[in-house]
Amino acid sequence: MTARLVGDLSPLPAAGFRSHGLWFWAAMGFMVIEGAGFSLACAAYVYLMNGAREWPLDGVAPDLGWGTAMAVLLVASLVPNALMSRASRKRLAGPTQLWAVVVFALNTLALVVRGFEFLHLNTRWDANAYGSIVWALILLHTVHLLTDFIDTCFVTLLLFTHPIDTERFSDVDDDSVYWGFVVACWLPIYLLIYWAPRWAP
Amino acid sequence: MTRLRGRLAIAAALGLGGCRGAQTMLDPAGDQARDIDVVWRAMLIVCGGMYLLVLGFLAWALWRARRPAAVGAPAIGHTPAERTLERSLSAWVALIVAGLVTLVTISFLVDRSLAEVGPQPLRVKVTAHQWWWRVDYDGSPQSQIVSTANELHLPLNRPAVVELQAHDVIHSFWAPNLAGKVDLIPGRTNYVAITPRRLGGFRGQCAEFCGLEHAKMAFDVTVESPEAFEAWRRSQLAEAQSPTNAQQVHGQQLFQTKACVMCHRIQGTEAGGSTGPDLTHLMSRRHIAAGALRNSRGDLAAWIADPQGVKPGTTMPRVPLTSDELNDIVAYLETLR
Amino acid sequence: MTGVAEAGALTALDADGEQALARTWATPRGLWGFLTTVDAKEIGKRYVVTGLAFLALGGVLALVMRTQLARPESGLISPDRYNQIFSMHGTTMMFLFAVPIMEAMGLYLTPLMVGSRTMAFPRLNAFSYWIYLAGGVMLYVAYLLNIAPEAGWTAYVPLSGPEYSAGKRTDIWAQMVTFTEVAGLAAAVSMATTILKMRAPGMSLARLPLFMWSMLTTSFMVMLAMPAVMLATSFLISDRLIGTHFYNEAEGGSNLLYQHLFWFFGHPEVYIIFLPGLGMVSEITATFCRRSVFGYPVMVLSLLSTGFLGFGLWVHHMFATGLPHLGDSFYTAASMTIALPAGVQIFCWIATLWDGKPRFATPLLFVVGFVITFVAGGLSGVMLASVPLDLQVHDTYFVVAHFHYVLIGGAVFPLLGGIYYWFPKVTGRMPDEVAGKWSFWLIFLGFHLAFFPMHVLGLRGMPRRVYTYGADMGWADLNLLSTLGAYLLASGILVYLLNLVAAARRGWPAGPNPWNAGGLEWATSSPPPPHNFGATPVVEGREPLWLPGEFPVMHGLDVEHREVLLTTIADGKPDIREGSPGPSIWPLLSALAVSLLFIGSIFDEWFLVWASIPVMLCLIGWFWPKSSHSKLVKAPDDKIPGALA
Repeated sequence: MTARLVGDLSPLPAAGFRSHGLWFWAAMGFMVIEGAGFSLACAAYVYLMNGAREWPLDGVAPDLGWGTAMAVLLVASLVPNALMSRASRKRLAGPTQLWAVVVFALNTLALVVRGFEFLHLNTRWDANAYGSIVWALILLHTVHLLTDFIDTCFVTLLLFTHPIDTERFSDVDDDSVYWGFVVACWLPIYLLIYWAPRWAP
Repeated sequence: MTRLRGRLAIAAALGLGGCRGAQTMLDPAGDQARDIDVVWRAMLIVCGGMYLLVLGFLAWALWRARRPAAVGAPAIGHTPAERTLERSLSAWVALIVAGLVTLVTISFLVDRSLAEVGPQPLRVKVTAHQWWWRVDYDGSPQSQIVSTANELHLPLNRPAVVELQAHDVIHSFWAPNLAGKVDLIPGRTNYVAITPRRLGGFRGQCAEFCGLEHAKMAFDVTVESPEAFEAWRRSQLAEAQSPTNAQQVHGQQLFQTKACVMCHRIQGTEAGGSTGPDLTHLMSRRHIAAGALRNSRGDLAAWIADPQGVKPGTTMPRVPLTSDELNDIVAYLETLR
Repeated sequence: MTGVAEAGALTALDADGEQALARTWATPRGLWGFLTTVDAKEIGKRYVVTGLAFLALGGVLALVMRTQLARPESGLISPDRYNQIFSMHGTTMMFLFAVPIMEAMGLYLTPLMVGSRTMAFPRLNAFSYWIYLAGGVMLYVAYLLNIAPEAGWTAYVPLSGPEYSAGKRTDIWAQMVTFTEVAGLAAAVSMATTILKMRAPGMSLARLPLFMWSMLTTSFMVMLAMPAVMLATSFLISDRLIGTHFYNEAEGGSNLLYQHLFWFFGHPEVYIIFLPGLGMVSEITATFCRRSVFGYPVMVLSLLSTGFLGFGLWVHHMFATGLPHLGDSFYTAASMTIALPAGVQIFCWIATLWDGKPRFATPLLFVVGFVITFVAGGLSGVMLASVPLDLQVHDTYFVVAHFHYVLIGGAVFPLLGGIYYWFPKVTGRMPDEVAGKWSFWLIFLGFHLAFFPMHVLGLRGMPRRVYTYGADMGWADLNLLSTLGAYLLASGILVYLLNLVAAARRGWPAGPNPWNAGGLEWATSSPPPPHNFGATPVVEGREPLWLPGEFPVMHGLDVEHREVLLTTIADGKPDIREGSPGPSIWPLLSALAVSLLFIGSIFDEWFLVWASIPVMLCLIGWFWPKSSHSKLVKAPDDKIPGALA
């Protein structure tokens, strides 16, 4: 058998957005993994809740205010997030830089709000199983808030310190996809931590 | 070497035989074990049949391989036999589905029958500890409760329900001649129904790894006539006999002054510990130390002298005793019939 | 070992091109190269060797157990030691051998089978190996210090909880699980991405090799199942170290929660081990029967449905716990249903044998051994699926027999056949066929002699995880037989390994395609050059090397810079080129930092906070952006896929 030349690959571009590039798939894999983890942790919460006579186990649900503030903040942040994503995919340096800074500021604010949430959970991780699972859920989500914070921080910084090429734009867009995931995960967790104790008979 | 070969030959021959025994599901002696045996036989037939078909097809393929290898390029699908193989595959799938549906149905029906309990069942409560079984027979008032350890007595043909609880970690209660196993889980209560249909002595063993001495946590089951069962129950309710001779009296004194009373109870005496088994009728049991030893004088003495030697890690500590003290205690215990 | 492709290899460029590519993709020499390589082949090889080392260690532990059990009331080993040994055996085999070695085979073979220069995320694969090694070393250091876990590889609470498992033993076990999970997840992400995005032009999904389908399915299973054990063990460690109450019934927790979380992982885990083996069986069968595997579409469907169904069975490990029986019946039906795709695949392989022109070299012998053994194991699995029957045989030697039949029969036999089959590709030398056949027969006969009697022992009442048994139980003869079988099996493994070690140095030289196989990996030289393929192979059907006519290739990928080709998921049309990272120290440094975090937090929970800092610094070093690949290779910047306007 001999070889026969049938094509030339050199005219192909060497960068692509979203599913065309590899980093997007790394993020996708990470989201599948973390999504599975979140789902199971939520299932564990429901399992423990169903097995309990009363819920919360010592009668005090977390303060509704800070959790709801977080939910509102995160959902609202999806708008500048989407705008950042569009700007990066249009490869417009100015708007990308602007919206990246806005998203970064909102990420930072989210961390501050999360801090207040911790202070108003009204339970400790070692109080009982209810306390343990509530802390587990909120810690899991916080790890993602932190990871995204660091990611956005660097991605935004690099927009100002380095020349912006297609790969940089693609990094910003991937970051926006990840932020969408962080927001999406918060919604079921918010409902479980803040509303399930109020709805449970 | 010849002895070894002989034993191997016997093992090979008996390996698939040897169905009788005191701790085997192959010799069912109760309703539940018999129902499960139906599933077992159905499985053997269906699964065995499927296995033979697979082996047959494989043997045929290997046999065909002996024909002279045709020369030519390797085939990528589209061989002449493709259509035949496709149709055979469909038949194979249909056969598998039929087999599985049969087995699921039989399994489901037997499962439902296992959940049924007869009328007026005898109620027994078993609490598993690391590494012994506490057994209490229901009774009211309180004075009618029979407490024993590592053994069950069951009247023939009468349904019984055993309530299962655990004191420390997860254990599993399993007497294969009578019923399937059910776990004993701390914080939960499980139940197993047993309706014995044959007289005799059987053995059960813990079947969930529970720590150091999991291997030595067995129990005896005695199935007897209803009259014999009632007689046994009445004798178990009685208080301990008083010691008669001097050695036995001395033994009782030693029992009550050494560490023994901290864990063991003997009705009718001051010994009221509940950490360990109730010893009021110790001599009525076939084995001691949860099946680790027979209940003979020598074994009993060995157990008391050094429980850690027999069952390392067991909760019963080694109490230093001179050989006279040991003999006296054993003499006293032998009065506890 | 040549750094350039042989002139005879189909995908070699001209001599200058090959030299340039070999330089671009080379691993630096010496220790530095060893520590920084990102070559999937180098990483795959060390992963396989380490996996085999753990197989040997786990096997020795098994021999010790069997020696103890050969006689009733043997005083050879104390109960504490025995309990550590059986826990170490199971933990080693499941976490340190079975899953990692299957991933390792995938790591080495995937780029070669899909026609790519390397894996996606090369540094992540390097990291995966170091983390895996760290976890394994930590566990065995614990064993040498007599603080090995002793609650079984499943470590149920409350036995493994703070009240009944003193010291650090269970914490070490739980953290080792974390190490191996992270390694597994990293490899899975890389594998799935490579198979989806980096295939050769023309390799549509319908032309994907069956081993690749099995690795793809396995990768998704890993991503969905491993988080469950991560949660199970993290909750356990936190109950033990910081006083949480996930499993503490007295404070609203649940013992069964652990079992649910563990088995939600544990059941898919066995399919994660077993599916790659099925893929290997397909590859070997096709080659040695000189016929593509019969029924490709149903084979793919069977792999996918096994992967999917595998997540719906876990409760069958908990039938004895007292859950409502109606729920249990669902799991009976599901557990039996999974026999269907397995049965379909067995038919297809035998049909391939029947319709093809079989050549009985050692790899095909292992396939035949696989069919005989795995089907028996699968059928005993159907028995276990029935709740009533399971209530008798659960936690007895019947179950021990079952899972060894399916794991050794269903995974190890294919693995041994696969290692033998691809050995010439990896080393450029042929193993000795006589020794190969001897090793097969010793392993096959030893296995059945060791494990068949265990079915009977279980039926006759012998529970599992017992360090001894009474002389009057009637179990002694079968136990002795089983022990002799174990020694026979071990001798077979020894012959097998020695054969490979000897052949690596003195075997007959193998060309690119010594078996006349049809897959892309056989188009390049043996061993492959660092860049795998000089010219990019193009695929026009399944079994590309068996297609008539000339072998189509494309040129155009850069030779001075590392770059890989990305194609579309469904059809395999060339999409973009993307840069690939060169050797880097960051994977090793990150693995050290993460190890510090994991090991330290066993002893003090504040490590989780403070040790995160070096981890973060390493990740920053790792992800520090490089100059634009587009500009480096002077690629066009106008039509960027996915860009708006």
